[in-house]
Amino acid sequence: MAELMYWEAIRRAHDEEMARDPLVICMGEDIGLVGGTYKATTGLYDKYGPERVIDTPIAEGGYTGLGVGASFLGVRPIIEIMSVNFAWLAMDQMFNSAAKVRYMSGGQLTSPVVFRSPGGCAHQLGAQHSARMEKVFMGIAGLRVVTPSNPRQAYGLLKSAVRCDDPVFINEHELMYNMKGEVPDAEYFHPLEGSEVTRPGKDITLFAYNISVHWCIQAAETLAKEGIDCEIIDLYSLAPLDRAGIAASVRKTHRAIIVEEAEAPVGVGSEVMAIINEECFFELDAAPVRVSARNVPIPYNRGLEKASLPNPNDVVQAVRKMLGK
Amino acid sequence: MTLDDKKRLLREMLFARRFEERCYEAYVERKIGGFLHLYPGQEACAHGVLEAARPGHDYVITGYRDHVHAIKCGSDPKAVMAELFGKETGCSKGRGGSMHIFDVEHRFMGGYALVGGPFPLAAGMAKAIKLKGGDEIAICFLGDAANNQGTFHEALNMASVWQLPVLYVTENNLYGIGTRVDRSTAVQEQYKRACGYNIPSDRVDGQDIDVVYEAAKKAVDHVRSGKGPYMLELMTYRYRGHSMSDSNAYRCKEEEKEWGKRDPVIILRDRLIDAAAITEEEYQVMDKAIIDEIENEIIPYCENSPEPDVAEVEKYVLADNDPWVAGGKQ
Repeated sequence: MAELMYWEAIRRAHDEEMARDPLVICMGEDIGLVGGTYKATTGLYDKYGPERVIDTPIAEGGYTGLGVGASFLGVRPIIEIMSVNFAWLAMDQMFNSAAKVRYMSGGQLTSPVVFRSPGGCAHQLGAQHSARMEKVFMGIAGLRVVTPSNPRQAYGLLKSAVRCDDPVFINEHELMYNMKGEVPDAEYFHPLEGSEVTRPGKDITLFAYNISVHWCIQAAETLAKEGIDCEIIDLYSLAPLDRAGIAASVRKTHRAIIVEEAEAPVGVGSEVMAIINEECFFELDAAPVRVSARNVPIPYNRGLEKASLPNPNDVVQAVRKMLGK
Repeated sequence: MTLDDKKRLLREMLFARRFEERCYEAYVERKIGGFLHLYPGQEACAHGVLEAARPGHDYVITGYRDHVHAIKCGSDPKAVMAELFGKETGCSKGRGGSMHIFDVEHRFMGGYALVGGPFPLAAGMAKAIKLKGGDEIAICFLGDAANNQGTFHEALNMASVWQLPVLYVTENNLYGIGTRVDRSTAVQEQYKRACGYNIPSDRVDGQDIDVVYEAAKKAVDHVRSGKGPYMLELMTYRYRGHSMSDSNAYRCKEEEKEWGKRDPVIILRDRLIDAAAITEEEYQVMDKAIIDEIENEIIPYCENSPEPDVAEVEKYVLADNDPWVAGGKQ
């Protein structure tokens, strides 16, 4: 099993799918000649040419709509939106066209398109380049939302997303493109639904996704030294959320903390709490809590930025508090 | 076009007129709900352009004033009307409604209700055609007011840069909902706006189907021959309000009267009568046969059609049993 960086895993998925199917194309700003801001499409322009590796104008609504329109005729575009913040400009086409077309056409048309974009906060990019928008996408009927926490998922989720007939939004992370991890040498398709047990444990469940999985791994290591055994559930699918997987873990540990990089209101945490209430409320030994970002536009100043985002120590504190330690 | 073609087109346009008028009545009778945008006055636009193209072969997309475009592409008028009635037999199975007519079999790729939304979708269909190597073209019909959306500019720019086989048709009926074009738009001659994207364009009378057809033929030939996109502006007028909820108070009676004299159905009828291709009596017989067909076949079909099963309200949100959701067959 080879160790790849997150961006290399994404690039490999592109390459394999484009080699297999001439109707798989990719498009976005600077993805061709330049190879992509995060290198995820490096070398593809030379290999597949400008008709299939398309450098678009800086016009997110326009090129997203173009990709969606192409998908109506069976083309499978992988559309890179350079920063998830720019997806606001593309949402009309993502939501009103791609996500709704199957339903409003009575099943006649589908939009097998993949949107992928780096979300999350990097370092001092300021309010308009530090959005966590998964909460917006995951509330839209007809759109699948997945979010890889490691190179294996980044590779396998993109492979499955390209072949799936539904529109899929892949929420990547600005800080994770250079993260290394094992990726199977053989072709691998990651399920688009479900969740993964990153770390089994018996005392408390930490629900996490994307970068917050890594904060939880760090926190769990610290807490293990104190004799606290954390279970970490990786919610790589945000739409739909894995109701059965969430309930199964709460039935096992009876305590739940949701750790998210995003602001608390209307987010993954609130949704997971609702699912716990609906599926397994009486299994709880403590009220679930969220570890979330402060509800502010992300500031530029490094100190303020750090103060507005959660970190592994916040997770440790929340666990101790819940367990009365 | 031969005289026989023109007689057929007269029937098609008159059918479209009567169909839409019957929609109006059904709306008043509350058989049709929601928003309803009617086409009377603009019939020569859809019919003239699509007559010059290959309906059912070329990919057509439009906004919410979409019934007539679908029928001209080959959709069964019964399925279109049944959609307005919200029935399971509707072309979109009662899930779409008036603004979302779809008939993929006839390559009518839908009516969309965000003004300007179809511009990039049409460019995308053209991109797909190019990738697949077909001889189809994409045709996008929208109103003048859609051209003030960013999507117009973004899509025309990309269509030109990548020389995509797409024809943009602006049906300029002078009003964006209730705002007249001179109150909303800096450059009122819409076809001039294509110059900014190096796209050839033309502006012609949209009430005379012969004129529309000739201009559209040139436009379609241009696009189909691989010379890239084209924009055609058709000057027209809608005889009713923007939608059924529109009081139409923003237009003066003189203007309506003037445009009423240039009724596209009457222009073609009179021309055919002058050419002795049809008599006034034959026209009346044709009209009565159309009204009878609508009244005795289409409306009863819609009324007798089943409602969608409420147990299926969640059907069509996502693909059924897509194997890749579970990671394929590994």
